[in-house]
Amino acid sequence: MTRIVVVGAGPAGVAAATLLVERGADVTLIEERAQPGGQVWRAPAPGLALDMDRLLRGDSEGFRRFHAGFAVLRPRIDWRPETLVWNVHGGTVQIVAGGAQQALPYDALLLATGATDRIAPIPGWTLPGVFALGGAQAVLKDQGCLIGREVVFCGSSPLLFLAAVQYARFGAAVTVLDTTPLGAKISAVPGLAASAPRQLAKGIGLMAALRRQGRPMHLGVTLLGFEGSGGVTGVRWRDARGVERVTACDAVAYGHGLRPESQLAEIAGASLRFDRLRRFHAPEADALGRCGNGLYVAGDGAAIGGAEAAEVSGRLAAMALLADRGESVEFGALPERLARLRRFQDGLARAFAWPHAQVAALADGVTVCRCEQITAGEVRAVLAPQLGAAEVNRMKAATRCGMGRCQGRYCGHAAAEITAAALGRADAPLDRLRAQPPVKPLPIASALVEDDWP
Amino acid sequence: MAAAPSDPPRQRLLRVAACTGPEVALVVDGQAVTAREGESVLSAVLGVVDHLRLHEVSGELRAGFCLMGACQDCWVWFADAPRGRACTTPVREGMQVFTRPPPGLLP
Repeated sequence: MTRIVVVGAGPAGVAAATLLVERGADVTLIEERAQPGGQVWRAPAPGLALDMDRLLRGDSEGFRRFHAGFAVLRPRIDWRPETLVWNVHGGTVQIVAGGAQQALPYDALLLATGATDRIAPIPGWTLPGVFALGGAQAVLKDQGCLIGREVVFCGSSPLLFLAAVQYARFGAAVTVLDTTPLGAKISAVPGLAASAPRQLAKGIGLMAALRRQGRPMHLGVTLLGFEGSGGVTGVRWRDARGVERVTACDAVAYGHGLRPESQLAEIAGASLRFDRLRRFHAPEADALGRCGNGLYVAGDGAAIGGAEAAEVSGRLAAMALLADRGESVEFGALPERLARLRRFQDGLARAFAWPHAQVAALADGVTVCRCEQITAGEVRAVLAPQLGAAEVNRMKAATRCGMGRCQGRYCGHAAAEITAAALGRADAPLDRLRAQPPVKPLPIASALVEDDWP
Repeated sequence: MAAAPSDPPRQRLLRVAACTGPEVALVVDGQAVTAREGESVLSAVLGVVDHLRLHEVSGELRAGFCLMGACQDCWVWFADAPRGRACTTPVREGMQVFTRPPPGLLP
C-alpha cells in the first residue's frame, strides 16, 4: 500500500491531504502544534473565549470553512499532532512525539512547512517587548493576548496593516511605520490589480481603515532602533523628509515579510534556488510543486503566497503526486490560478521590500545573531581576506552566528547580506546557511532510542 | 490569572479574551501563579512578569520573540523536565517554572 506523508496542517497541507484521501490514498498528516490551521487559520487554545468574528471580520468565513473541513478529514487520516519532523533520511521521516522518536517510512512526501517572519536586525531588536510580527498575531489568535497596550507595527509587510487593524479591534493603541516608500507601492498597483484585484482592494481597505480611525501611519521611514533598558519603551525612526522622531510604546511587532521554512525540503534532497526579487532561497520545484524523487512542496514553504495560494498549491501538489503514481488527474484552471496568485505576491514583494542595503550596512555594534549574541562587526571581522572565511557557512563556523538554537532562522538572511557586502558580491546570488538535522532542538534522550542513527 | 498580592510585578502580555478552562496552579520562580488550562507557559509567565529568562551569554533579559516555536528565545527551566520553549508548552498543574537556572540543575 502507498503511504503518503504530509508535513504541516496549514491550508496547504490540509488541502493536499483532503484531495489525496478523496482519491483513496493512505495519508499520514504530521503537525508540530496541537491544532491544525497553520499561522493563518490558527485556532484559539481549548477553553479560550476569543471572538473570532471580531478578530477576523471578513476572513472568519475562511477560518470556519478550514476547521469544518479538517473535522471531516481527521477521522480519515493518520493524524499526528504535537509531532516534530526533525529529519528526513533513507526514505523515512524521523519524528519525535511525546519524547519518543520514530522513523516513518513513506512512498511520497509532501512538505507544507509554512513560513516564519523575516527579520532585519536593528539596534534594540532583542529587547523584551519586541516580537516578530507574525508572532504578535499568533499570541492573539491562540492565547487571546496582546503583546502590549501601545504597539508599534513596523518593518515592511502587508501583514503590518492587517495585524495593526486586528490589534486595534481589541483596544490597542497602534502605530504603523512602514520602511517602503509610497512610490514603490503605487508602482506596484497595476501589477497587483491585474493579478488579484480583490486582495488588492482588501489591502487598501486595511490602510484606509487605519487612516479613518486616526491611527498614526507613516510610509518610507527609516527605522533607527528600538529603545529601552530591560524592555522596549520607544521606536526611533526617521520620516520620509529626514526628520528624526521617537514613538513611545510598550511593545513592537516587527517584520519584513515572510521566509519559507525550507529546511526539511533541503534535507530531503530538494535543490534551492535564489529568488532575486526577495533575496532568499526557496525550494526548486516545478509549477505543480514537484521537487523530484517523490518529494513535493506546497504553501508558503514552497513559495510565499498567502492562504489562498497555499490551498491551491496544496491541491496541485497532491494532484501531481497522484499523476506521478499513474493516476489520471484533471488540473483544470488551477495552475493558472496559482500562477496569478504568485504574480500578485511578486508585486507585494516590491511594495513591501526587504531593506537589503540597510542590512548590509548595519553598524558593527548591532547584534545580528540573538541566540549566540554575535554582532555585525564580529561577522565582518572573520571575512577579512587573511582569515579566509569567504562564504557564509565558513563565517558561521568561525563566529557561531547562525549556530544557535534558532539555527539561523532569524539571523541567516542578514548574515548573508552582510557577508556578501563585505566580500564585494552584493549583486551575485547570496550564500545561504545550509540546513542541518535536527531542524529544531530536541532532547538528546529522545534521539538515542534508534539503532540506525545516520 | 493573578500574581501573589505581595509583589505585583509588571506584566508584559495583556489578556483580551478569557480562558474558561479549569484553574491550574503553577510556581514561577517560587511565586504561586494561577493560570487556566489552555494557556501556554509563555502567556502565564508574561501575564505576571515582564520577561522569561536571562540570556546565557549576555545576561540580557529576554521575553521570547517569534511566539511560534521557531526562535527558541523563550526557553525556560522546568523542575521536572528538560529546558524548553515557553510558547509551545501548555501549563500543567503543579508545574515549576524558572526564569533563571535553578540551583541544583544544570544550566
